[in-house]
Amino acid sequence: MATIEAKDIHFTYPTGVEALEGVSLTVKDGEFVAIMGQNGAGKTTLVKNFNGLLRPNKGEVLVDGISTRDVSVAKLARTVGFVFQNPDHQLFSETVEEEIAFALRNFGFDEATIEKRVRWALNLLDLTEYRKTSPFMLSGGERKRVALASVLAWDPKVVILDEPTIGQDHRQKENLRQFIVQLNEQGKTVVIVTHDVEFVAECNPRVVLMREGKIVADGVAKRILTDTTLALEASIVPPQIAQIFGGLTFLGLPSDVIDVSEAKRVLVEHLRGSRR
Amino acid sequence: MSVIETQSLTYAYPGTRKQSLRDVTLTIERGEFAILTGPSGCGKTTLCRCFNGLIPHFYAGELKGNLKVADLSVNEHTIGEMAKRVGLVFQNPENQLFALSVEKDVAFGLENLGMPREQMQERVDWALEMTGIEDLRERAPHELSGGQQQRVAIASVLAMQPEIIVFDEPTSFLDPLGAQKIFEVISHLNKKLGITVILVEHRLDLAARYAGHVIIMDEGKIVLDGEPRDIFNSEQAWLLGVGIPKAVRLWRLLEENGVVLKGIPINSDEAVQYLKEVLWRR
Repeated sequence: MATIEAKDIHFTYPTGVEALEGVSLTVKDGEFVAIMGQNGAGKTTLVKNFNGLLRPNKGEVLVDGISTRDVSVAKLARTVGFVFQNPDHQLFSETVEEEIAFALRNFGFDEATIEKRVRWALNLLDLTEYRKTSPFMLSGGERKRVALASVLAWDPKVVILDEPTIGQDHRQKENLRQFIVQLNEQGKTVVIVTHDVEFVAECNPRVVLMREGKIVADGVAKRILTDTTLALEASIVPPQIAQIFGGLTFLGLPSDVIDVSEAKRVLVEHLRGSRR
Repeated sequence: MSVIETQSLTYAYPGTRKQSLRDVTLTIERGEFAILTGPSGCGKTTLCRCFNGLIPHFYAGELKGNLKVADLSVNEHTIGEMAKRVGLVFQNPENQLFALSVEKDVAFGLENLGMPREQMQERVDWALEMTGIEDLRERAPHELSGGQQQRVAIASVLAMQPEIIVFDEPTSFLDPLGAQKIFEVISHLNKKLGITVILVEHRLDLAARYAGHVIIMDEGKIVLDGEPRDIFNSEQAWLLGVGIPKAVRLWRLLEENGVVLKGIPINSDEAVQYLKEVLWRR
């Protein structure tokens, strides 16, 4: 079990920028949550509060009922893994293998377990051929996979991914989507921060919408991404399928369709139904 | 009239055997809005680096074949000379901005050209107006939102009055509304000023509506080159796994199920229009 509970948290950076102005949110065990909203809305600040990288000035964050103030970041990381937006903020080892083994060593795993976990993570993210390669010789997309592998290797219960789709091409994005959905189905709690509406439309997670340091909406992707008023307020543009269905509602079609397969199903059924 | 012409362009970075560009032959007409896409590592960025002379002058290595950009042969002109003709806007605007005010950032390139003060002021005003950020003139770039910063980066490039601007995934760090505004600014520069736009982009859902020309690369080669509708309809584009717009994906799924639209919609407006016709006809 791993539940994250933010209770009315406020966070102000030393520069005086007020990034969070009273945020309350519970992420339950096994949930898949996408945090969206305009640039500077406080999304990354919020998730950094989930694993103690930042600690609230006011209010508190509980991970499995324990306040992040009472636990070290190193200990929290064991439960809540964080994959940064820019992999270069995270990678530093000379080889991919050492990169993945680093945290495992810090957590005190024995060498046999480390070897097993490294092999498992390399395989999981299709990186086995780069085992002895320097992360800095790899492409941006590959470095991102190394960063993800190094976090998944210690098997945290919660995985936080900050902007996982940036710099990924279409196919890599599709692989990433399947991978994330699979992780979630296997019981991991997944929190992503993203601007990528099309990516979210295909995953259909719970969406938390932020604006100016506050949460303005919280619900299933289908509902949030098709609410045009809400979207505009949080600098979101509805996914293309939602835009299409938004233009067809007067014909009696539902407006809350966001992914292609459902769109096809609804349209085909609608046309068949009307022929009868 | 072509503004970029490459013939059998081949290039490998120094110290590598692998050719990043293989026999690239391509023509881009003056005033076009072209999208350059393809899987990661396909050579898009390498090709763009040739357009302003970074290759071969900065990255070294041997560039074989012919390349003419804005009537200049890239092998014979310096990066400085090319920079006046070809502007580059990067993914992350933070990497491009450094001055204490927006105005100073936009003026920087002009100062380097040694432009007289009055003329420089006019140019800066014009660039700020064209990108819709006159009100940000006195602000510090690092205090702005990502979308505003990207518009400052575009204004700085625009101030040089280039004939061509290459945008390398200019919206991937921006929120969707910010991204849409950037595409509108780019489209405006293309339509109103006739600037040739080359947009490197994976997210074709957002960009396809603005482009008249799509180029797809794979493994250093150009594999598809033509009008968006033809490209999105080609089997090869689907096999390569490029980000074909959802409207096109929906069209294809509907065809497979016996629902025929009158054309291939490449954006949501077209999809709505074509679908209405089918739904009304029933």
